[in-house]
Amino acid sequence: MNIFDMTIHQLHSALKEKQLSSVEATTAMLARIKAVEPQVGSFITLTPEQALTDAASADIRIAAGKAGVLTGIPLALKDIFLTEGIRTTCGSRILENFIPPYSATSWEKLKDQGAVLLGKLNQDEFAMGSSNESSAYGITRNPWDTSCIPGGSSGGSAAAVAAGEAIATLGTDTGGSIRQPASHCGCVGLKPTYGRVSRYGVIAYASSLDQVGPLTRDVADCAIMLGAIAGHDPKDSTSVDTPVPDYTASLTTGVKGLKIGLPKEYFIAGLDPEVQVAMDAAIETYRRLGAEFVDISLPHTDYAVATYYLIATAEASSNLARYDGVRFGHRAEANCLLDMYGKSRSEGFGAEVKRRIMLGTYALSSGYYDAYYVKAQKVRTLIMNDFMAAFANVDVMLTPVAPTPAFKIGEKINDPLQMYLSDIFTIPVNLAGTCAMSLPAGFSAGGLPIGLQLIGKPFGEETLLQAGYAFEQVTEWHSRKATI
Amino acid sequence: MKYQPVIGLEVHVQLLTDTKIFCGCSTKFGAEPNSQTCPVCLGLPGALPVLNKKVVEFAIKAGLSTNCSITPRSLFARKNYFYPDLPKGYQISQFEDPICQWGWLDIKVDGEETKRIRITRIHMEEDAGKLVHGELSGPGDGSGVDLNRACTPLLEVVSEPDLRSSDEAVVYLKQLHQIVTWLGICDGNMEEGSFRCDANVSVMPAGSSTLGTRAEIKNVNSFKFVKQAIEYEIGRQIELIEDGGTVVQETRLFDPDSGTTRSMRSKEEAHDYRYFPDPDLVPLVISDQWIERSRQELPELPEQRQRRFTDDLGLTLYDAEVLTSSRALADYFEAGVAAGGNAKAIGNWIMGEITRALNDSGVSIEACPVTPGQLAELLKLIDIGTISGKIAKTVFEEMWKSGKTPQSIVEEQGLVQVSDSGAIEGIIDEIMAANAGQVEEYRGGKEKVFGFFVGQVMKASRGKANPSVVNELLLSKLKG
Repeated sequence: MNIFDMTIHQLHSALKEKQLSSVEATTAMLARIKAVEPQVGSFITLTPEQALTDAASADIRIAAGKAGVLTGIPLALKDIFLTEGIRTTCGSRILENFIPPYSATSWEKLKDQGAVLLGKLNQDEFAMGSSNESSAYGITRNPWDTSCIPGGSSGGSAAAVAAGEAIATLGTDTGGSIRQPASHCGCVGLKPTYGRVSRYGVIAYASSLDQVGPLTRDVADCAIMLGAIAGHDPKDSTSVDTPVPDYTASLTTGVKGLKIGLPKEYFIAGLDPEVQVAMDAAIETYRRLGAEFVDISLPHTDYAVATYYLIATAEASSNLARYDGVRFGHRAEANCLLDMYGKSRSEGFGAEVKRRIMLGTYALSSGYYDAYYVKAQKVRTLIMNDFMAAFANVDVMLTPVAPTPAFKIGEKINDPLQMYLSDIFTIPVNLAGTCAMSLPAGFSAGGLPIGLQLIGKPFGEETLLQAGYAFEQVTEWHSRKATI
Repeated sequence: MKYQPVIGLEVHVQLLTDTKIFCGCSTKFGAEPNSQTCPVCLGLPGALPVLNKKVVEFAIKAGLSTNCSITPRSLFARKNYFYPDLPKGYQISQFEDPICQWGWLDIKVDGEETKRIRITRIHMEEDAGKLVHGELSGPGDGSGVDLNRACTPLLEVVSEPDLRSSDEAVVYLKQLHQIVTWLGICDGNMEEGSFRCDANVSVMPAGSSTLGTRAEIKNVNSFKFVKQAIEYEIGRQIELIEDGGTVVQETRLFDPDSGTTRSMRSKEEAHDYRYFPDPDLVPLVISDQWIERSRQELPELPEQRQRRFTDDLGLTLYDAEVLTSSRALADYFEAGVAAGGNAKAIGNWIMGEITRALNDSGVSIEACPVTPGQLAELLKLIDIGTISGKIAKTVFEEMWKSGKTPQSIVEEQGLVQVSDSGAIEGIIDEIMAANAGQVEEYRGGKEKVFGFFVGQVMKASRGKANPSVVNELLLSKLKG
């Protein structure tokens, strides 16, 4: 088996059994990256020297018998995670030369376990996009079909896992940015409950929706990664102080008697027939495994995309105000302060980011605030209530992740509205603040992966992982490899 | 036509916490620029605010001391605007649901009735940094940003437009100043900007109930300037209206050098701050128990203390007010009384000798070298006739300088009052013999000469002769 195709648990066993050293594994990963990166473009910044140094220290730790499950495992991070001393761009020109003086809590936790950092992954600029095409550092291609997008905004995180460029990665999900690319690239992607993972040191897009999560090759890896990064962080007031279960230990619980809801609003006429087929097959699989299905309704689903584009852009317009050229990031030459602001931001931000800053500024403006922002918050509450009411009768929900498999590069870039609609099934989960996972569940005739989404109750990640694991045991979608 | 001025004040109170409101950096004044900063107060990407609980406790105390209701669930909001001293491009403040609401202070201007000034709200917020112009050590002559002050905790206390004169405004402001310094939540230093004020001023025809258009006056940083700025602004607005003009809503800057205000920005140029609840901070929930605990911890406030000083200790209202002008002064007074001093006498000495000595040496009452116990002891020496009031002043000076007890000074320097009539008689006899002419004058009816004799006796006794004994003996001897 290729080292670069291994899962975390496989590589961990190999390291523990001394069949392999972390330096060897890391060297193999770096070679793989060198080989396929020209076709995929997952990375913005590679850190090979750092990786080999980290791997060498991991090997010492392994030799001392002090290895954790992530010790010596080569990982990569979406370039939205601050990494001390390593450039962090967030996919934007405005942070082209930004070297952070501190690291994100989630990365600190992985590093403490001895994980090895291969580099920083490409993404839509400031996590705004569904195709990775809004990055200032070039596009990322889908490893299953390089004429297609990998999804976004954590496109690099998904493509790297699918192309064997990292054993696992971290992404962020504000409206589907982990799940949609995971679906398009055939990986497992989990968006935890809001507050489950610290946001400290993660560049903010929309603070009330952003959440950190893993992208992995299988559900067991996903459980390992989530267990490592979850938990209360005193530096993030919105992180919740709830105990972190041992996700790995309970994976094999099974789904017998599990009540799965099928929200009718997610199985609509416009759904791609191949996606529908994959969903039907998945439902059948779960039924065979002993799960029960319940038809449910989330009546305010139709308003989710509009609500999201008011709340997310409003928060973004404020979050992105700090990129003013004064203290860090890109600064344009100008003769007065106002021009400096204007030129720095106009040169530093791309079109999609500017569009969202303008939308959000408008939504918060005096005279429009009540009609847009306040109204959107009210609808958000209704959407949340939809989920809570439905969860009174079901344990999880099953839906598609995206209406279609990955689309062609350039296909939607000039049609923002079409682009926004590709997140129609993932956005409501962020608005409700609950957790959801994308699992490989089939392929299109053209060979593109199709994902299924399992939505859980708040802090119900354990159930999601159990359900995902059970599905994986009887399907082979997750073990297929992209040929690149 | 007669005009009625209408004034409301917005006061910024910098809180005396050791650390900033949303991070653990020190709030100490005067450090090397940008040395007290971290990712949070620098507004670095990814950094998140965490509320300092001490700030909430201080805000609750301020609210309870100004008769406010404490909001059970209050929110932080972002106030968005661009300025180089504002690292995040927004200030974290409170907008809807501030921590304290609906309070009041009763004020009394000399010779007028007590008047209730309503307080609309008190909210918590972070301060901005500071721009440094033309003092950069680096190349070029640009401006620098010092973010040491960024994220320092402030309370903003907003009054209703209930004030009707500059005098009322000053009394209100002084009272608020007294409360926050009394609570120990603010150092009250107006020059350093720890306590600063914006004034909203308008005028309307006397008897009218429709408020005029207001101007907001910024940069008023002393009680004197508050009075000056408000009076100038009232005059300016009246003159404008009399000349057929109209007052426009605008922000004006007070210039302390000229005592005038000038336009800073008009209503049209005013920022749209786009306030919205800060998603990085959860709603602040304050339980009844927390409020009750804070109430228990409140010190006795100036007004209550004044009442005790007049009712229980028999001071005049004026003296009680002076002695409660700061908590430390009132504490000093009470310690002196507790040490056995006569309240009236202790009060007089504090307001007289002590205040004078403090002022002359630039020392605060907290650092007063004479302890309240020593002061009480000194006054006891006067009471029992060991020394005269005059000698006591000499002793006091020595106490101030050396820190010695009054008793030891009196003994060392032989300052014990001479009340022995035999000794005094001897002195008187000598003086009368040496000044026979003046004795004749006195006996001839020129009674003013009496003072001359007193002076001579005191001089000869180096001030130690008991003045009343001197008086008595002199009188009988001179009368012959």
